[in-house]
Amino acid sequence: MGTRTIAGIEIQVNDEGYMMDASQWTPEVARELAKEEGIELTDKHFEVLNFIRDEFLKGNPLTIRKVGKSGIVDIKGLYELFPGGPLKKASKIAGISKPSSCV
Amino acid sequence: MENNKDDHRLKKVSVICAKGALEDVYATLVLANGAVMEGIEAKVFFTFFGLDAITKKRMKKLHTATVANPAMRMPGGLPFPTWLGSLPFVEAGVSSMMRSQMEKLDIPPVDEFLDMITAGGGEIYACKLAMDMFKLTKDDLSEQVKDVLTVGEFYAMAGGEDSQIIFT
Repeated sequence: MGTRTIAGIEIQVNDEGYMMDASQWTPEVARELAKEEGIELTDKHFEVLNFIRDEFLKGNPLTIRKVGKSGIVDIKGLYELFPGGPLKKASKIAGISKPSSCV
Repeated sequence: MENNKDDHRLKKVSVICAKGALEDVYATLVLANGAVMEGIEAKVFFTFFGLDAITKKRMKKLHTATVANPAMRMPGGLPFPTWLGSLPFVEAGVSSMMRSQMEKLDIPPVDEFLDMITAGGGEIYACKLAMDMFKLTKDDLSEQVKDVLTVGEFYAMAGGEDSQIIFT
């Protein structure tokens, strides 16, 4: 656990770099975090990020399948937006905790 | 939780499924899908009764055994007598209950699970010998099946640094 300055905001992150407080998230923070993952965020990325933030804040468990059925992007598209670990990377950039689901 | 050092992270898993019971097939599918979700290359090889999981006519009708399954319990945990499992429709009922429980956990049906794995870059293969044995052709199999392989071809693609073969 520690504190980092991201996009000018003091942000608490855990050992794996996931934000501890989702309310500190801003689109600028997302852009910075995405850059660290080698991703340049587009509008489509933000649609996905907003969807998973909404689900997270409602307390719903996240799965790849759920994002795939959101109507925003199919599963293949999700892998293309966040290559090499879509749900984990998207969660990290969305400022929410690491997903605990197995699917 | 101790994670692997970065230089020895798993890079590839090859999962073999030789059994066609619901739980055997799902063990394979969860492992393979979990791998692609983590950015690990995944290859899945279905052989013998495991072929049911990728055979169009059978993939939606997988069962869990209610006879000779000592872990079988009634809902609520009471013992499940073997004679009960042998009655007509009990196995079908139990299997459909298992499927609905999984649906609640957002675990997809077999065909959709195969779509998810291939959408993430995973590859699905069938065993040539078992296909010949069961008199199946490629047309009988799901469109997600990339190829029919001999065991030698399977080993040839299973190698590489930080690669593992998993037999479920």
